[in-house]
Amino acid sequence: MSSDISMGDSHSEDHHDLGFIRTYIFSTDHKMIAKQFLVTSLLFLALGGMLAAMIRWQLGFPGQPLPFNLGAILPDTMAPGGIILPEFYNSLVTMHATFMVFFALMPLMAGVFGNLLIPLQIGADDMAFPRINMLSFWITPVAGAIMLASFFVEGGAAGAGWTSYAPLSTSGEWTGVYLGQILWLVSLIVLGFSSITGALNYVTTVIAMRAPGMTWFRVPLATWSLFITAWLLLLAIPILTGGLILLLLDQTIGTAFFRPEGSGEPLMWQHIFWFFGHPEVYILILPAMGFVSEVIANRSRKPVFGYHSMVVAIVAIAFLGWIVWGHHMFQSGMNPFLGMSFMATTVVIAVPSAIKTFNWIGTLWKGDIHFDTPLLHAVSFVALFVIGGLSGIFLASAPVDIYLHDTYFIVAHLHYVLVGGSLFGIFAGITFWYPKMFGRMMNETLGKLHWGVSFIAYNLAFFPMHNLGVQGMMRRIYDPNQYEFLQSLQSTNTFISKSVFVFVSVQVLFAINFFWSMRKGKKAGDNPWDSNGLEWACPSPPPHGNFAEIPIVHRGPYEYSYPGREQDFWPQNEAPVESFGASTKPEHEHGE
Amino acid sequence: MNLSWIMPESVSTFGPALDNLYYIILVITGIVFVVTEVVLVYFMIKYRHKEGRKATYIEGSSKAEWIWTSATAVIVMALAIYSKGIWDTIRHPDMFPVDAYQLNVTAKQYEWNATYAGLDGQLGTSDDIQSRNQVHIPVDQPVIVNLQSEDVIHSFFLPDLRVKHDAVPGRVWPIWFEATQTGEFPLACAELCGLGHYRMGGTLIVHSKEDFDSWLSEMQIEAEDDE
Repeated sequence: MSSDISMGDSHSEDHHDLGFIRTYIFSTDHKMIAKQFLVTSLLFLALGGMLAAMIRWQLGFPGQPLPFNLGAILPDTMAPGGIILPEFYNSLVTMHATFMVFFALMPLMAGVFGNLLIPLQIGADDMAFPRINMLSFWITPVAGAIMLASFFVEGGAAGAGWTSYAPLSTSGEWTGVYLGQILWLVSLIVLGFSSITGALNYVTTVIAMRAPGMTWFRVPLATWSLFITAWLLLLAIPILTGGLILLLLDQTIGTAFFRPEGSGEPLMWQHIFWFFGHPEVYILILPAMGFVSEVIANRSRKPVFGYHSMVVAIVAIAFLGWIVWGHHMFQSGMNPFLGMSFMATTVVIAVPSAIKTFNWIGTLWKGDIHFDTPLLHAVSFVALFVIGGLSGIFLASAPVDIYLHDTYFIVAHLHYVLVGGSLFGIFAGITFWYPKMFGRMMNETLGKLHWGVSFIAYNLAFFPMHNLGVQGMMRRIYDPNQYEFLQSLQSTNTFISKSVFVFVSVQVLFAINFFWSMRKGKKAGDNPWDSNGLEWACPSPPPHGNFAEIPIVHRGPYEYSYPGREQDFWPQNEAPVESFGASTKPEHEHGE
Repeated sequence: MNLSWIMPESVSTFGPALDNLYYIILVITGIVFVVTEVVLVYFMIKYRHKEGRKATYIEGSSKAEWIWTSATAVIVMALAIYSKGIWDTIRHPDMFPVDAYQLNVTAKQYEWNATYAGLDGQLGTSDDIQSRNQVHIPVDQPVIVNLQSEDVIHSFFLPDLRVKHDAVPGRVWPIWFEATQTGEFPLACAELCGLGHYRMGGTLIVHSKEDFDSWLSEMQIEAEDDE
């Protein structure tokens, strides 16, 4: 049943032919929905990257016309003569973050991998609610179209930052952006329903549809992290949606929830936003942590070091995510006692983060490490997440944050978490599960080249941003040279910009590899990585309904290099052989 | 290229303590960073796949988990407790200096307006003095700035004094600091506040006590004459 065609053959011969539209467009098959999410969110990722390049053009070469005659394409309201206007710069900053957070990273994490992995890894035939799942995808392009449209309306796209702090965001009077801000709000309100319906599906599926024998502590860490992420989505997105609706009312019918006129409270918006916003950060990183655990265990041919503490750490991070939002507001005007308690909860997050990091390194220890592209991305995740985590300690310390808050140190920190962490985690995930999705391997040479250049250019781009922050350079400023004390930083900014251009450009290699391998890649077979998970127990790509018969689970997902076995892996569904003598566990070092 | 991790010179009383905390964190995170990355790279090289290599089946170690969990917890809690002392110095309401010189700073798109008491010594009366995009203060004397905003949120950032606080419309937030050097220092807006955010800069002018008094009385007389 292994297929020759990549994108196509997700329905098998034993199911009736659904026709083109039901197969590719309005599909209820979780794997096709995952692919739909994958293609759309990669397009939004590319768009977000281009917006970033334009931001960096302005910072690297302030006041110079955009290259490649882009000035001829962009209207005079954005970049007359190719020179970016300050108001357009603010829109770029806002929309870069908006597209990256809401339309690229979130759907890549939850939409793609939630859909692809959850049913396959727990041995289910599909999601609990396939049609709601289809709805969850189709909301995304609608919301995306609304967001994209905002570039083309009078006043341009929203320019109050992705955080849309009130009262800047409550009225076009302050920004010159009227309709753009409203479309921003409407788009995110609509998009929220995609996350909520998706999350509902993931939670239900994991709870109700695990195959026989798939106990909670036999669930692979990717699914664990996606399951916890789904809970965060389910609880956090309605909070954002509520806040967005209030802000929309302030914008349109003149209510005063967040406007100081009429006794509204601007800080209330920040509380609502960050009460959503911090769990959101973990929505963007937890799934990547799951992928990385899978890839490192598999490619080191070793069990995940401390599987149980890894699960506990995921749950702990998710829980702590709810009680730390105030650290975004240390300098916003907060009771200093409250500041203290938020500092205490925030530093505690270092503990589960450290547990995860040390366990990944422990997994590599005494392993048999295969340097395939997924592993390189996964280890890069660990290396870069360490930096993002450690820089977080500076910001968690409220007094140090007085100086570093709203500087490039924050920009460095968040990009180490969301690009060095999330994006490299996503690359690990895509390159690892690509053969399952499309039945073919990605090209290793292209893959390694893409990884290598990305890793170097990424660090050259983002590491010096720490230094800019230490020198006091503020974020979100159109032209730092307006300030005399920042003028000496121009050469650093130019260097960063050039590195960003390399980083963005090299992603073309990934795109080429992605589409080329779909048709021309080496045939993958069911289990190209000699992996244990149930997703590798069905054909690549899996047919509609996934498994010929519901698998029975006999063991955890990380039984690699089990002593006494010929093979260095032991699939979860492989029936134990009594005479083999290995069904009882031997003595070994472990901590349960 | 400026790749320095050294903070610019600080010119406020609490600046050195804050910088010291920064360097402590820099050293601790620096050590953790180097050790973690070196071990990571070392394992990658040492345990790379070779013909005949077999991974060792290890599920974990509860001893190791306890060690790194408690070590991390102790270090970060110690940092938090140490941070608390400095945070309290800067922000605790009881720690606000009583003999401070008071002025108002009101932000609006895209300027900073400082207001000083006139001859009556009272803020909020008709003889108040204003200066635009310039904040004048005396050296070696605590200053309380009552931060306000007329429109959107701005952030009052004095990098050299390690001062940053948002100006929130509808509220008055007092902050205090004490400059230790005379001279002119940049004042910046650190919170996105609209299309002119990038040019919402100003200057903090720290006078010697005598200079400040003479500047003030000059301004007071000028204001008197205008009336």
